[in-house]
Amino acid sequence: MSSHPILVRPFGEHAILIEWPNKVSEDILYDILDFAESFKLDFKDSKNWELVPAYNSVTLINRRTKIDFSKIKYQLLECYESRKASGPPLRYLWKLPVCYDLEFGVDLEEVATNLNCSIKEIIEAHTHNIYTVYGIGFLPGFMYLGGLPKDLETPRKSVPRLKVHKGSVGLAGKQTGIYPQDSPGGWNIIGNCPVTLFNANLENPCFISVGDQIQFYAINRSEYDLHKIEAEVGIYNLDKIKIDD
Amino acid sequence: MIKVIHPGFFTTIQDMGRFGYRDKGVPVCGCMDNYSASMANSLLENAEMDAVMEITMTGPKLEFQTTSFFSITGAEMSPALNGVPINSYEVHKANEGDILSFGKLLNGFRSYLAVKGGFLTETKLMSRSFYKTITDQNCLKERMEIPIKEYSEYSPKIAHIKPEATQKELELNVYKGPEYNILTDDQLKLLFTNKFTIAKENNRMAYQLEELIGVQSHKMLTSATLPGTVQLTPAGKLIILMRDGQTTGGYPRILQLATKSIAMLSQKKFGDEVSFHFLSH
Repeated sequence: MSSHPILVRPFGEHAILIEWPNKVSEDILYDILDFAESFKLDFKDSKNWELVPAYNSVTLINRRTKIDFSKIKYQLLECYESRKASGPPLRYLWKLPVCYDLEFGVDLEEVATNLNCSIKEIIEAHTHNIYTVYGIGFLPGFMYLGGLPKDLETPRKSVPRLKVHKGSVGLAGKQTGIYPQDSPGGWNIIGNCPVTLFNANLENPCFISVGDQIQFYAINRSEYDLHKIEAEVGIYNLDKIKIDD
Repeated sequence: MIKVIHPGFFTTIQDMGRFGYRDKGVPVCGCMDNYSASMANSLLENAEMDAVMEITMTGPKLEFQTTSFFSITGAEMSPALNGVPINSYEVHKANEGDILSFGKLLNGFRSYLAVKGGFLTETKLMSRSFYKTITDQNCLKERMEIPIKEYSEYSPKIAHIKPEATQKELELNVYKGPEYNILTDDQLKLLFTNKFTIAKENNRMAYQLEELIGVQSHKMLTSATLPGTVQLTPAGKLIILMRDGQTTGGYPRILQLATKSIAMLSQKKFGDEVSFHFLSH
């Protein structure tokens, strides 16, 4: 198990921020998730804590009491150093369908012009890559995906839209992602994913976790409609593959 | 049931928050001024997690269709039962058919109405706190009926609480935020000597402040944010995240409000002034 220099700092009266070296790296992300697992299993009163991992940090928030930082800092460092090498937690690769028809991909033509390539090449590049979920935030169920190929980097729109539709798949800078609900947004929209990514009626409202991986595959309009109906009645079976290291 | 005759400006049901889903991007939600809300519940000997009504700026008009007991705390909004003025921070009985209304906002910005046994709206992800896309409703609407329990007898142990005089305070107690060290000497001087005005962009998600403290170009990876996190935008604007605020963000987190100061800020409105007072851990 790799070990990194970590920085433990207070974050207000109820939270602690632990930071790993400042870079986007799967090695760091998996070390954070492994630590988070150990914390949940080994740390006393871990049930009173919420953990928010993102990129190179994890924030621990105590829902009950104010924190005695100097005491807890050493317990956390101890927890990090003395982890048993259990290996990273169970992770999945999810295959998500996307319809790249121009009806959904309202910015596809503009992006193709900007990137000086064909729409077909954009779809091929976007579906070829495997993306890692580095964080979930901004909106319930919104994934920060890392691993966008350089060829697809395109600036966000200069004027954001007031309404981007639920399921819209977007490109912005080094990022790609899916809007889990209708929302204002400035990303270039290249398609739509019919899968419901966030459902507040379920005990686990979002089946994807930080550390999982995503690969998109292209579907046509009639497959999209079918998936949409399946998603609405809740019989949709997603392809997921366990990731073995 | 309580029937909503008129919903007021922005009225929601809130409890102490939705815990355990922040890693899925779900804000903690809950009462903005949780101190006042707790007092409303305490007067009725309610449980800590019982849901209350959070009333913003202009109060609703409500009809009790069930006999119950209630209390009002937080901002003073001139409440009246069947047109007769009543005191906040006291337990009152409402009989079936009684009308609770609110009048002029005299101080603060958010009032809390608690009923004996709490408001029994739907629980989603372990909380009744309204939040768009999680609960079916995001605020009270005309003719809505809100379930409550019937209580015809109740003798309160405490009939009256003296409210804390926090409404006129303007000092927010703050700790260093994770990116505090990016601040220049000029920015630090502005932050801790100036007064700041609440911008019109203020709601349950965030309070923006009018005065700029100078640009910054710090690049950071997205990381967790909390209620009370003070972000500094590239243009130099200060944004204080509140209970419905996003769970992660990419702007530097320069300060973090003490828990009690989040409640205090919740009672501020557009045009009010605040200042920052530094606390060390």
